[in-house]
Formats: sequence, C-alpha cells, structure tokens
Amino acid sequence: MLIKKPQDIPSSEITDHAIYLDRRKFMTSSVGLTAAATLLPIQSSVAGYGGKALNFTKDKQFDGKEELTSFGKITNYNNFYEFGTDKYSPAKNAQALTTDPWSVQIDGEVEKPGTLHLEDILKQNSLEERIYRLRCVERWSMVIPWIGFPLANLIKQAKPTSKAKFIQFETLKRPSEMTGQKRNVLPWPYIEGLRIDEAMNPLTLIAVGLYGEVLPKQNGAPLRLVVPWKYGFKSIKSIVKITFTDKEPVSSWTKAAPNEYGFYSNVNPEVDHPRWSQSKERRIGSFLKQKTLLFNGYAEQVASLYTGMDLKKHF
Amino acid sequence: MTKLLKPFIFILCLLPLILLFINFYLDELGANPFEVLTRSTGEWTLRFLLLTLAMTPLRQLTGAPWPMRFRRMLGLFSFFYVCVHLMTYIYLDHFFDWDEIITDIIKRPYITFGMLGFVLLLPLAFTSTKKMMKRLGKRWKSLHKLVYVIAILGVLHFMLLVKADLREPIIYAFILLTLLLVRFKPALLHKLSVVARNFRANCN
Repeated sequence: MLIKKPQDIPSSEITDHAIYLDRRKFMTSSVGLTAAATLLPIQSSVAGYGGKALNFTKDKQFDGKEELTSFGKITNYNNFYEFGTDKYSPAKNAQALTTDPWSVQIDGEVEKPGTLHLEDILKQNSLEERIYRLRCVERWSMVIPWIGFPLANLIKQAKPTSKAKFIQFETLKRPSEMTGQKRNVLPWPYIEGLRIDEAMNPLTLIAVGLYGEVLPKQNGAPLRLVVPWKYGFKSIKSIVKITFTDKEPVSSWTKAAPNEYGFYSNVNPEVDHPRWSQSKERRIGSFLKQKTLLFNGYAEQVASLYTGMDLKKHF
Repeated sequence: MTKLLKPFIFILCLLPLILLFINFYLDELGANPFEVLTRSTGEWTLRFLLLTLAMTPLRQLTGAPWPMRFRRMLGLFSFFYVCVHLMTYIYLDHFFDWDEIITDIIKRPYITFGMLGFVLLLPLAFTSTKKMMKRLGKRWKSLHKLVYVIAILGVLHFMLLVKADLREPIIYAFILLTLLLVRFKPALLHKLSVVARNFRANCN
C-alpha cells in the first residue's frame, strides 16, 4: 500500500522528452524542406520503449504545444478495471492478455456486417500520430501522442443504414486473463457508446499505438477508442465488438451509477460530478492544478454537435 | 524492556508517514504522488482509529493491562494523521481556496462526513491529558464516547468517495461493526473472553 513497487520501466531508462522532441525536430528540419507537405513521414525505428515500432505519419494539426506526459507515467497509471480497480495494477496484470489473434465484430444496422481481423484493419488504414489531451473524470489529465486512424474510416467501410443513430462498443470479456472481471465491480463486458455524428467526428480516433509503438496492453491493446473531448472512461479499451443501433447505448458506468455517469460525459468545468467539482484538473507531473476547459479544449471542433442541448441535463 | 516499549511503538506509529515522505522525495509514489499522500494519510487515520477502539476489548479479552497503556497514544496518532490528511486536502487539492472548500463541505456528503469527524475529534484530542481527565471526571467518559460516532463518520467518508469498488471500505466497516458489537453487547465479549481463557488454559 505504502511502498510502491518500482515502475516496470525505471524513469531513468525512459527516453527524455527533450530527446524525443529533438528527434522530431530533426525529422522536421530534414524532411520538412518539402515545405507544402503537412504530413511528414516518420521513421518508425526510433521510438525505443521496448514495444513493436509502428509506421505512421504525423498530422501537424494535432501537434500540440503542450508538454507530453512521459511514456512511463502514461503506461503505469491506468484506469482499466478489467485488470484491477487501482491505477497501478493494470501495468502488471494486463501483461497476461492475449492480443494476437484479435478480431472485431461489426454488426447491427449496417450493410456490411462481419468480422474484421486486426491485421486487415491495420492494412486498410494508414496510421497517423495525434497528440491529444486526456481528461479523466477523477480530475487528472495527461497529454498523449496516440497512433491511430479516424473511427470514421471503419464506419464508412461498414456502411451504416439510415437506422444507425448510435454506436455501441464492447470490450473483450475474458475473466481467465482479465482477472478484474472475476469481481462484479462493473457490469461486464465493459460497454460504451457514441452518437453516430460524434463517432464520425474527425477527432474521434481508433488508437493502436502510443509514443510510436504498438499500444501497451494496460492502455487498451490492441485497439481502443480515443474521444478527447469526453472523460477518459468513454474511450473504451480492447474493443471486440462495434454495434450500430437506433437506441442510445447504456454504458457500464451509467448502469453502475446513473446519476454520476451520463451518456454524453463531455468534459465540462461547469457541470459538477455529484461528488466533486470538475472546474480544475491536475496534469500528471504537475504540482499546481489548472483550469479544465469546455470540451477539454476541443470546443472549436465539437461544440456544434451539441447546439441547443442543455449540457447540465445531458451530462 | 517495558520502558522501551512505548517509544518503540511511538516510532512504529510514525513510520507510515516517514516512509511516505521518503518515497515522495524519491519519486516512488507513482504518477500522481499527491493523490497517494491524501489517500494514504486518510487510510492511516482510520487504521489508528480502529486500533484505538480495539484496545479496551483487547484488555478485556486478554485480561492483560498493557493495551490500555497505548490507547491514548494510538488515539492521538489518529488525530495526528487526520491533521496531515486535512492539510493535503486543503493545500494539495484546493490550494487554500476557501470558497471552494466551503462549497465542498456543504455540497459533497463525503466531505461533510469527513469534516464533521475531524471537528468532533478536536475536543477529544484537547481533553486527552491526565489533567483534563481529572478535571472532567465522569463527563470525560461520556465525552469520549464520541469516538464511536467519529469512527462511523470516518468509514462513511471512505465508503462514499470510492467510485465502484467498495471492497476496502467494507473491510473497515466490518471491523468497526465488530468493535461496536463488542462494545455495546458486552455479553458477546464475555463469551469470547471465556473462550480465550479456556484456550489459554489448554495451551498451558
């Protein structure tokens, strides 16, 4: 309880931000001479955190000015109840998860239902790096360089029918490997959902990596959702099923505590969690707290999705 | 030997805080060390509170006088840890933003319970000296029965703050319930002490 086990990767072995950023500066200065290009190819062999390196391009639009949270912190402080309810267990327990082979079932209101294998998904979608803020409902936040592709790609491929108003996502249920599922702290499998226009928003990402490498298991390997303007629990991990539906999905957290976790769960400093204010957050690695921004600072891209809605009511 | 026991227990009681500070200094408290400081000092407050409550039944159970010698010290350590716990909340959570803190106390039941527990603990800490015991006489005993109310508030405070996993707070609640039963249903304790005496007799 008191004496924490040393992190699996000691902070001394984690590549310094400066070096990581320098690498990119180096790439920008050498390749960036082709001035008009907004997408810069990145060599994938330079990440070096021990995972499998990925090939991806870098979208300048999402190259944040904020300091990145270190790889060590992103991968050792996780809310992933399938592997334990404290934030330090997933880094240990998630290593038992088998992520290969992996497939995602697409069903419901679509013209092309079926099963997609991970290899095919990766072949059909080119990967890009996007630096997003992640705001947890518990009042802490990080800045994470995800590798992934827009969820919209998958949706277009599945060809939703006119009845498809919502998308429900489901995490793997495998208690033999996901030992947290042996206790009913949440209704398993973990369920999340988005409105179809939220899902189609260009910000909504399917992530398969971070810091240039294949997604570590504790962060939701092999593929997870990233919805940066919503509280972290909406960004469901280790997805095995995507269902298109005409009904608003009921997420696991909503089932567990309907008055605390609503369907939308948009980051909003004005709407309190019943048990705490959401006006501030602690960026992991910082001492002082900072003000939380409406839609986690992505209002420009997503506020129009909610025009005319009472955000206090649709929390 | 017995002379050294008390200072030894004293150091032992300080150890959680010392280790917390050492690990904080060494950056070994994980990605969110401030959360660990608050959480851990809160848990130690509850542990010392339950230990304090266990001393009287323990004396009755064992028949030995030694548990009573540590009761006050353990109670004061509970007060000490709750002071550190409260400081982490006021400083590390709210940075002395009193408006926010007052809103919290009014609006959030778990903060209300926690704060009420702290306020009720104050008179107990201030009347813990031998002098005050003498001065208050019989009233001291009734005043210090408040500790049971405080313990219930403490466990409620913990129970209401967790998100979904109630296992840990339930363990504390179970221990408290046992202690309350033993305290207010002395017949039960009497039975237990008979069992304990027989057990000791058999061992000898």
